[in-house]
Amino acid sequence: MDNLRFIRDTMEAAGAFTAVSGWGMVAVGVIAAIAATVASAQHSVLASIYTWMVAAVLAPCVMLWAIVRKARRAHVPLLSGPGRKFVLSFSPPMFVGALLTVVLYRAGLVEAIPGMWLLLYGTAVVAGGAFSVRIVPVMGFCFMLAGTLAMFTPATWNDWIMAAAFGGLHIAFGVPIAVRHGG
Amino acid sequence: MRADALDRLIHERLRLGIVSALAVNDSLSFSDLKKLMKTTDGNLSVHARKLEEAEYITCTKSFEGRMPKTEYRLTSAGRRALERYLDHMEALIRATRER
Repeated sequence: MDNLRFIRDTMEAAGAFTAVSGWGMVAVGVIAAIAATVASAQHSVLASIYTWMVAAVLAPCVMLWAIVRKARRAHVPLLSGPGRKFVLSFSPPMFVGALLTVVLYRAGLVEAIPGMWLLLYGTAVVAGGAFSVRIVPVMGFCFMLAGTLAMFTPATWNDWIMAAAFGGLHIAFGVPIAVRHGG
Repeated sequence: MRADALDRLIHERLRLGIVSALAVNDSLSFSDLKKLMKTTDGNLSVHARKLEEAEYITCTKSFEGRMPKTEYRLTSAGRRALERYLDHMEALIRATRER
């Protein structure tokens, strides 16, 4: 019985190496880069926010597909120990982000939305990444820095900061994760 | 089902850990495995070599820049051995409960 527990524990701990899809992150980065190009062509902050909202719906779908594909290829149950912990830690900040988007929108504070998104996405990645390889929480901290920057710079910078973070950071961190940690 | 029918090669704790970790990953580097198993270089090398000799795992050596990199993968024989081992363990537990 002890040996079976050891096998399960080892597989769960080793599963941290495969939980996050690097190629999924690269795809999310590409979606963000396209969104940034479209958003920067808009004439109002609100239109720009709508563009990012479309990307915010599309990107998690692509990421989820990539994670499922990676888990199947590695013969790992999707919600095994580390996967379950990742989802449980990642979800609360994302829920708060969605809620605050509505609150800030209704209060007419749309210019604060990009910074809040970056800060809370970074928080979610840091929290979820605690159960993954070290590079994942490091990426989360970078998102939090980008969010802080967006909060204290002119709103006209928002699209570029979002492009650098959601586009650049996902691609920059996604490639090494894909190469070193199984896809 | 007799306890001595167990595959002694992967029954040893560290080798069982290596095979289990590789079963859920395409490949793992020497340093990943060392961190995961919380063991020393020498100990990991010795046990990985035994699994390699039994053709349960393969070892690929390469360079990442100037740094040597050793990567391990589970072979289909290794995966079958782990499945057999799990079947044996389950059967042993069932037999013990039936007594």
